Amino acid sequence: MGNESTTSKRQILSKSNLRYAITFIFAIALATLPMLNFPQTSYWVRVVGYTGLYIILGLGLNVVVGFAGLLDLGYVAFYAIGAYTFALLAGGHFDIHLSFWLIIPIAGLLASLAGILLGLPVLKMRGDYLAIVTLGFGEIIRLLATNLTGFTNGSQGLYNLDKPSLFGFILKSGTNFYYLIFVLVLIIFFVVNRLDRSRIGRAWIAIREDEDVAQMMGVNTTFYKLLAFAIGALIGGLGGSVFAAWQGSIFPDNFNLFVSINVLCLIIIGGMGSIPGVIIGSFALIALPDILREFATYRLLIFGLLLVIMMIARPEGFIPSRRRQLELHSKSNGDQTISSDIPGEEA
Amino acid sequence: MIILEACTVTKRFGGLQAVAEFCITVEERSISSIIGPNGAGKTTFFNCVTGFYKPDEGEILFKGQPITGKSPDRITHLGISRTYQNIRLFSNMTALENILVGQHSRLKTNLLDVLFHTPKYSKEEEFSNKEARRLLNYLGLEGQGDQLARNLPYGYQRRLEIARALASRPNLILLDEPTAGMNPNETTETMALIRRLRDDLGITILLIEHDMKVVMGISDIISVMDFGQKIAEGTPDEIQKNPKVIEAYLGRGSVDRFLNKPNTVITDQTVKEWNQ
Repeated sequence: MGNESTTSKRQILSKSNLRYAITFIFAIALATLPMLNFPQTSYWVRVVGYTGLYIILGLGLNVVVGFAGLLDLGYVAFYAIGAYTFALLAGGHFDIHLSFWLIIPIAGLLASLAGILLGLPVLKMRGDYLAIVTLGFGEIIRLLATNLTGFTNGSQGLYNLDKPSLFGFILKSGTNFYYLIFVLVLIIFFVVNRLDRSRIGRAWIAIREDEDVAQMMGVNTTFYKLLAFAIGALIGGLGGSVFAAWQGSIFPDNFNLFVSINVLCLIIIGGMGSIPGVIIGSFALIALPDILREFATYRLLIFGLLLVIMMIARPEGFIPSRRRQLELHSKSNGDQTISSDIPGEEA
Repeated sequence: MIILEACTVTKRFGGLQAVAEFCITVEERSISSIIGPNGAGKTTFFNCVTGFYKPDEGEILFKGQPITGKSPDRITHLGISRTYQNIRLFSNMTALENILVGQHSRLKTNLLDVLFHTPKYSKEEEFSNKEARRLLNYLGLEGQGDQLARNLPYGYQRRLEIARALASRPNLILLDEPTAGMNPNETTETMALIRRLRDDLGITILLIEHDMKVVMGISDIISVMDFGQKIAEGTPDEIQKNPKVIEAYLGRGSVDRFLNKPNTVITDQTVKEWNQ
């Protein structure tokens, strides 16, 4: 028994070490990409940067759909809110020129407020009904952007937006934004990882598994669902601001339904609720179509086929979310023998 | 002392009165049972007590405090916990995590603690992990903590549900058919466990059960429900001889035949024989 548990412990350790090693190498490789001197480097920097934006969106939507199990088909709304917040506060339209670093928290805050506003009426809805309402919400935001011409300049869009600056250094090249997105991904990755492994993450997953029982176990489902909407929306809003700053111009058409669908797809392909899954899923769904560009006309056909094969062969996603092993692998493990002990005496 | 007091609780679904003016008082540290034929309204009554349903009429007092219409998470905070007739674990979480969710109402870390891993967070996580492991051990589930709940054998799942219900440190626990689907051995173990919950932990137990051996074996007091109403209440001895109960279980006409037979009481065996 003792032997078995030590060997299994060793295996787990080496497995998690391997995971860390892979993550580390992957991160280093991505960090050095723009420094390489290939003929097409700048093109790839753009593709991977764009993939990074989708990783941000994926990590945000994963909180809502993957953790809390709330099927949101209108996630693009928060992306749009973030983007328009930046465009209106850092451009010529109203001649307001706030700093990017000031707009980022404003955009996040506005988006999470919108998330709560969307969350409130749909608290009692589940599954398909929730999906339809959120789908409508996404469309409403896009239509507002198109039709509130005085405010958003309608389908003409907003352009000549300010470039962010950092200590006097103006971010304008693809590489600059690549690193901005890279850092943002790291921060969001870190945050959602911590959320996942906490009381808050457990409450979300309990809601996903069985909402009624979660509430019976003492989880304030109203609060945690709104929190999931708010945090998911906040991350989407951040992504939107960065997108607007990078592009320098935005149009209502940037925020159509397909953005929501793509983000949802990449979560499903990566593995629902799985954080590394979001990253793999983004590369598969956003970067891969660019790699397939050589096949020109057949590009989307091949891509669609790959998706279908993938979902048949591995329906749980590339990296299915795994629950953490806690019982035999956490630090304080000295008290295994007290089987007749009374719980509740100590506290 | 009375821990739970419900009076004239009524719950209607359209024209159907699932629970009709049902009254019950539960003494602290007692084991009380609610029995009755299928569809009598027992589980609906549990759902009213735990806040899942709001009763149409009547009032429920817990520790002297009205809890009617409060939300389930508030009621759990106050000290009521439950298990389900058909097991409802969080099946894609590990056994240990299921218990950790059960502790939710007692933990206090907020968003900032989680993001910055404050000392409060580390302390609470360590403490709650430790206690969850103690609960696993208490229910004989040691070594199963890292298994996904859905991969556990049936008997373990039943016990894990009880462990999860205990994690909120309830004063009153509602068990909905705790021995359903168990073999005689497991049933005996579960009976012993229920007694231990009362004797070791001082928890009051209210259970719904169909297995007469269990009901008669561990209950201090039994309430019998039929068509949403309480038709009898008493000690196991009294209930077994009550004509109304016999009628509800075995049908009108069998009462005389049944009571005339000396020394017969309602058991699973007699119910089965009579139905043939």
